[in-house]
Amino acid sequence: MARAISPRKKLMWTALSWGIGLMIFFPIMWTFLTSFKSESTAISDPPVWLFFDWTTENYSTVLARSNYPLALMNSIIIAVGSTLLGILIAVPAAWAMAFVPGKRTKDVLLWMLSTKMLPAVGVLYPLVLIAKYFGIMDSRILLVVILMLINLPIIVWMLYTYFREIPGEILEAARMDGANLKNEIIYVLTPMAVPGIASTILLNIILAWNEAFWTILLTTVNAAPLTKFIASFSAPEGLFYAKLSAASIMAIAPILIMGWFSQKQLVRGLTFGAVK
Amino acid sequence: MGRITLDKVQKKFGEVEVIPPLDLTVEDGEFVVFVGPSGCGKSTLLRLIAGLEDVSGGEIRIDGKPATDLPPAKRGLAMVFQSYALYPHMSVRKNIAFPMKMAGMPQDEQDRRIAKAADALNLTDYLDRRPGQLSGGQRQRVAIGRAIVREPAAFLFDEPLSNLDAALRVGMRMEISELHSTLKTTMIYVTHDQVEAMTMADKIVVLRAGHIEQVGSPLDLYHAPRNTFVAGFIGSPKMNLMGGAAAAKHDATTIGIRPEHLDVVDTGGTFTGKVGVSEHLGSDTFFHVHIPEMNEPMTVRAGGEVGLRHGDTIYLEPQADKIHRFDAKGLRIA
Repeated sequence: MARAISPRKKLMWTALSWGIGLMIFFPIMWTFLTSFKSESTAISDPPVWLFFDWTTENYSTVLARSNYPLALMNSIIIAVGSTLLGILIAVPAAWAMAFVPGKRTKDVLLWMLSTKMLPAVGVLYPLVLIAKYFGIMDSRILLVVILMLINLPIIVWMLYTYFREIPGEILEAARMDGANLKNEIIYVLTPMAVPGIASTILLNIILAWNEAFWTILLTTVNAAPLTKFIASFSAPEGLFYAKLSAASIMAIAPILIMGWFSQKQLVRGLTFGAVK
Repeated sequence: MGRITLDKVQKKFGEVEVIPPLDLTVEDGEFVVFVGPSGCGKSTLLRLIAGLEDVSGGEIRIDGKPATDLPPAKRGLAMVFQSYALYPHMSVRKNIAFPMKMAGMPQDEQDRRIAKAADALNLTDYLDRRPGQLSGGQRQRVAIGRAIVREPAAFLFDEPLSNLDAALRVGMRMEISELHSTLKTTMIYVTHDQVEAMTMADKIVVLRAGHIEQVGSPLDLYHAPRNTFVAGFIGSPKMNLMGGAAAAKHDATTIGIRPEHLDVVDTGGTFTGKVGVSEHLGSDTFFHVHIPEMNEPMTVRAGGEVGLRHGDTIYLEPQADKIHRFDAKGLRIA
């Protein structure tokens, strides 16, 4: 930390960071600008940057043409529901693997991760058949369960990494101090595990929110979340870029705002426990 | 009360026997130090007494009552860990109060004891801070405070000073010794540092590979080490051990002479050698002397003012009654 950095170097790094930041942010900014253009301005060549007739017409069309509140509600239920269900299953699993590891714990963890390498489309057909058999196609419960299963390996891995960081000596100290298992969990383990669980929840809500393959393919109307809502504005013909952009902005706004307010937790989550 | 008896206590990790069956009694009020090189099983032995590890055989009794199958919480012992193991999310006050809270002690009694412990350990100004805001020495004091408030049958210390810098370590050593003389509670202290063992213990237990090599007071161990291992381990700088002709003259396989029992003489003497590295401490000087017929240099303690330089010839005469003799098995010959 105490490395001396010359002002010129500092300036260079600052410029570079801003450059990379802008590059990452550019698509979102472009979408945002396009959402306020008319359809013809949206596809004009050369592209128009800031000087066009700003209009909110796209937003009103999008709101009128489809059921945004329902899609929003579905997204919230599916993202939050699948994450909480996943946490419920993953906490005991990660717990056992972190604190009472067996000979095959590492193998189990790797196997779980390997399921993420499976191409999703490979299990699409069987899953559709199963859903049909149970009569739960286009239902929230189906998506909650499927997204939970898809993100479960990541949830378990993240929690495992966090739990591993809790020093065993502190738990032993609690035992020496006369805490029984219940008190050890309530007063010592939970408070130390909560930050890790919170980061995991946040990251997985975002992952589930953005998941598009399953949500688009397994829903039609009733359970359709915001991903489907965006997709419905892409049409095979005609002009739709501006409306598509407006729909996209409406879909990502809630998660963007949530991400902004929980930056600190998120960074911790993304660095995967690599730094303390 | 805190009399701890180990009866044929044994510990295996899988097929590996870390501690072969071992007997030991720690008397009430004693300050016992387990000392030995790393990997000798001293920490494992402490954890067996604490109940943090299960014994593979034998019995542990605390004050005559069987404790072998009791969980750590029920043994009435307090432990201070090497890493301090404070609860990072609790204030110092809550850390110290935790064992009392677990015991369901009334709040006013808790407050009284916290105040008393904080006063004794100079923590009064820090009670509302988190452990992360304290220095290493202060954290160690909190860990000790947490241990003393519940008035345990015995304290267990697992290398509590090894994370502190040298100056702080000396200070904390004094404080722990002071604490022992005030509380008069049994203390079992694990360390790999023989200086800590010598300065603090009533009774030292020297361990090697899970075996007890010798049990005795610091001076017993210094004056009459039972074998060559204890002879080499206890004392600083370590004892000069030599075999061959030098030992045969004394009817032994190995003889040992401590650096402080070799006199520098003007001429003659039993050993003649050349001065190698010298360590000048002001009060003393330690010479490493190379003697042609020996493989390892011999360490000699001389006064602070002895003016010998690198390469000078030195004549040494051991004090005849201070020579330790060992047989072919490394055991002391009386």
